[in-house]
Amino acid sequence: MSKTYDVIVIGAGSVGTPAAFYLSQAGLRTLVLDRLPSVGQGSNKAAIGGIRATHSDPAKIRLCLRSIEIISTWKECYGDEIEWYKGGYSFVAYREREEKILKELLATQQAYGLNIRWLDKEDLLEVIPDLNPEGLIGGTFSPDDGHASPLLAIHAFYRHAREQGAEFRFSENVCGLLIRGGRVSGVKTDRAEYGAEVVINAAGAWAAEVAGWAGLEVPVRPDSHEAAVTEPVARFLNPMVVDIRPIPGSANYYFYQHYTGQVIFCITPSPSIWGTDTRETSDFLPMVARRMVEVMPRLKNIRIRRTWRGLYPMTPDGFPIVGWVREVEGFLLAVGMCGQGFMLGPGVGELLSRMVQGRPEEEDHLVLKYLSPYREFAGQEKLK
Amino acid sequence: MNEHRIARHPILPVEERERVAFFWQGRELLARQGETIASALFAHGVRIFGHHPKDGAPQGIFCANGQCAQCLVLANGRPVKSCMEPVRPGMRVEPVEGLPELPRVNRAPAMGKIEEISVPALIIGGGPAGLSAAIELGRRGIETLLVDDKHRLGGKLVLQTHRFFGSTEAVYAGTRGIDIATRLENEVRALDCVHTWLRSTALAVFSDHKVGILREGRRYVLVRPQVLLCASGARERSLAFRGNTLPGVYGAGAFQTLVNRDLVRPAERLFIVGGGNVGLIAGYHALQAGIQVVGLAEILPECGGYKVHKDKLLRLGVPIYTSHTILSANGEEAVESVTIARVDERFRPIPGTERTFECDTVLIAVGLDPVNEFYLKAREFGLPAFAAGDAEEIAEASAAIFSGKIRGLEMARFLGRTEEKVPAAWVQMAEVLKSKPGKVFPEHPPENESGVFPVFHCLQEIPCDPCVAACPRHLIRIEGDIRRTPTFVPEDPEKGCTGCERCVVLCPGLAITLVDYRRDAEYPTVTLPYEFLRESIEVGDRATVLDTEGHVLGEVEVVGVKARKANDRTIAVQVRAPREYARRIAGLRVQREEAGRPLPYPVERTADDVVICRCERVTAGEIRALIRQGMRDISEIKALTRAGMGACGAKTCTPLIHRLFREEGVPEAEVVDQPKRPLFIEVPLGIFAGVQDEEEGDVQDL
Repeated sequence: MSKTYDVIVIGAGSVGTPAAFYLSQAGLRTLVLDRLPSVGQGSNKAAIGGIRATHSDPAKIRLCLRSIEIISTWKECYGDEIEWYKGGYSFVAYREREEKILKELLATQQAYGLNIRWLDKEDLLEVIPDLNPEGLIGGTFSPDDGHASPLLAIHAFYRHAREQGAEFRFSENVCGLLIRGGRVSGVKTDRAEYGAEVVINAAGAWAAEVAGWAGLEVPVRPDSHEAAVTEPVARFLNPMVVDIRPIPGSANYYFYQHYTGQVIFCITPSPSIWGTDTRETSDFLPMVARRMVEVMPRLKNIRIRRTWRGLYPMTPDGFPIVGWVREVEGFLLAVGMCGQGFMLGPGVGELLSRMVQGRPEEEDHLVLKYLSPYREFAGQEKLK
Repeated sequence: MNEHRIARHPILPVEERERVAFFWQGRELLARQGETIASALFAHGVRIFGHHPKDGAPQGIFCANGQCAQCLVLANGRPVKSCMEPVRPGMRVEPVEGLPELPRVNRAPAMGKIEEISVPALIIGGGPAGLSAAIELGRRGIETLLVDDKHRLGGKLVLQTHRFFGSTEAVYAGTRGIDIATRLENEVRALDCVHTWLRSTALAVFSDHKVGILREGRRYVLVRPQVLLCASGARERSLAFRGNTLPGVYGAGAFQTLVNRDLVRPAERLFIVGGGNVGLIAGYHALQAGIQVVGLAEILPECGGYKVHKDKLLRLGVPIYTSHTILSANGEEAVESVTIARVDERFRPIPGTERTFECDTVLIAVGLDPVNEFYLKAREFGLPAFAAGDAEEIAEASAAIFSGKIRGLEMARFLGRTEEKVPAAWVQMAEVLKSKPGKVFPEHPPENESGVFPVFHCLQEIPCDPCVAACPRHLIRIEGDIRRTPTFVPEDPEKGCTGCERCVVLCPGLAITLVDYRRDAEYPTVTLPYEFLRESIEVGDRATVLDTEGHVLGEVEVVGVKARKANDRTIAVQVRAPREYARRIAGLRVQREEAGRPLPYPVERTADDVVICRCERVTAGEIRALIRQGMRDISEIKALTRAGMGACGAKTCTPLIHRLFREEGVPEAEVVDQPKRPLFIEVPLGIFAGVQDEEEGDVQDL
């Protein structure tokens, strides 16, 4: 065995990298392994950058509230520019159906103490003047949500994690777990074996395969969504606009104006496109462009610069899976982020560090109950 | 007011065109009908189009080809690439200072469905390769769609005023590029089954085998071809040096577009970096347009282009500095001078050898890279595809014509529409036309000093043979391979050279003179080709004559100037010269020696602004630092610096980043490239929504 660590993290992505930051900050000898050539080259770089706490369940709300706190104070704490912009989120309603769904959720969200409110048409137009007023009923507005650059944020975690002593090995393929007497003892890669008492599966879209090495069936399978970025223009839009109206071909879509002035957008295909294919399709742009121009006609003149396609590691109920594996001691899952790895990552990373240290906070137990690998997976996330 | 236009040109017709009034910063200017905004601004001496939002750096023309976004302006409030957008009457054009304001829109526009069509053959690019392929397909009755992003067919041929090299039999050698374009276009237009979309840019090849096309700049169409030909040509390489993004630094292709397509005089004094054919020819085109060429620097000990092109430039009075590199373009808001230096054997500048030349423009002509993204994507996605011309391999246009022909036939075979095999002779000719310049021979002027005969100042093996067909008496021979140099074979004195001058005016290299001793053996008459304005030379003028490589031989009297229609704009100039050097005369100087003088002291640019990514303004220093930290994945460098995130889609900076890796001693195998993603150019979102834009309704074609 070439070297031993306290913790090995499989996957230097949106979850694994902040985890390494918090683990190394706690003084744990940490190794992160990734088969790709540098940090965040899997789904992190495909993330569009939105960060919201306005979910519908206490686990994600708590984790993302913490993520927002970390991301929004990062620059003052650590000095790196990660392009945090507190523009808020707005789920818009053009039909009674969506108005009803959103208002029902609103009660739950407010009950969890989230800063979110309903704005009627005129008030919403004050916040987002370029929304198409025709047929607009209103929408939710959560001003404390925002966005940051996934690329810069992950690099910030990466840089500081390394400064704290975490090691990262890239272009190295983990091909198996080392298990002795029912507990994990390390991992085997295409180059070497590394020892550790704790191994964290943060393998994103490939999490099920990694779990399989321990003989586990973890219900994570990726589907894919395409996204695009435009040229930068002067600021005209603050919140992330989310339209949850399903229409043939797509379930929902969302767009926002990034810190740099660029508009970034993404659509959820319906039915889902399962698999790991991230090649560009001809369906995406015509589908999303029409919906965006309908909701915000001003966008018709903004020029699209680049498109890409990223993977959403989905779970049956739309909630992440975070928790210790019962069958193999020392094996920790932080998988199935369902396309929200970037916004969940900092909060989850901190949580993982506390778990490894065996020092969970009071509220962590509730979170872990919701995200348990052994839950029923019967429910359905309401705001994906 | 229109002081920067070319009023008369020795080769190109200057048509009178209607004038269109538009406004630049509120000032009324006149454009030629159909002209792009960039050319219209250049024609009025405006070459700073705005300032970059990141660091306030002045922005102007760079590619003039719709690929980058340096030339962004606001036209009626919308950000547009000024090099592609035609001026419309009354258009209000403003510079882009900081981030542009997205125009407000009052109501949701009408949106149509995105059209999808199927076609057996799709050709991207209507240059020499694409047109030649279309002819082969069209002749066999195969429905073919040809798309090109420009206003007219011909690709870069339409910018070439010089006669072409190559084989007379196979590829119109001896004919001017602009005229070859017309011939190919006419052939294509005569074929009913070839459909041409101009001003139409391919945006992406998708994994579902559809190709997204921006039709006429305003409509998105998805085309599903059975077979694709990528004939999208080449893009110019950029170069890293201090001041490399100052307005006035741009590619040779951009220059040729401004000068030869739009008849704008964008410069008064020009310096060229790069001694390949592109740079050498750009120098010639500049002189034809009445622009001074202050010098040309080539980093290698010898120019890479054809020797005839280089010699021609030397004879016209352009100094060529081999083993020299550019250190900086100097100036605050635009180029005011250029500083070069000699390099050692490892291409490092030698201190103390710096020289500065006053100039307003620096052309970068340091090589071309294939535009082959669509081909690579098609192959990756399993869509049957071919590449031809520069998109396949960088070579001369004559080679592109031939490779297009071959690929056209191969596509017809692929579609099962012919059994014909590609003739071996085609394959052979394609290879010959692609060949790099070969051996150079010392000059051996004929010993004979009587009668009349041609003298060849063509000393390098290049694929070229128009002189053979030019001689009505078949006295000029090239044995076997057309890459050999020609010889004059006066077998029978009775049927010798008549002094018809056909070879003189037809030689694409302007490398044949005719020496005639018949009238006066002591002062023979020498006939030279001349491609400048007719009124610039008159009988009785004194002219400086030079040998093949530009050494001055003496001053002689012009005794004849013949501008015959049959000679297709090449003027035959006759001089009387002393017997001692008459046979060595190869050209007339047109540019005065003073034009190439350096400033008394070199200028040193102190700003450390070697820009690698010009879209996002990322410097060499920033990227070098990351390479030194150990980064090898270009995606990681991109994530941290934004290099490659700009409007050009990393087309310009990628080769420069690779070069930095090489300079830092990193083996190529360690470097990981970033993935290529659509779109090829930036396109308004509304286009994909099928928005019928009223304002865009009437696009005027040239």
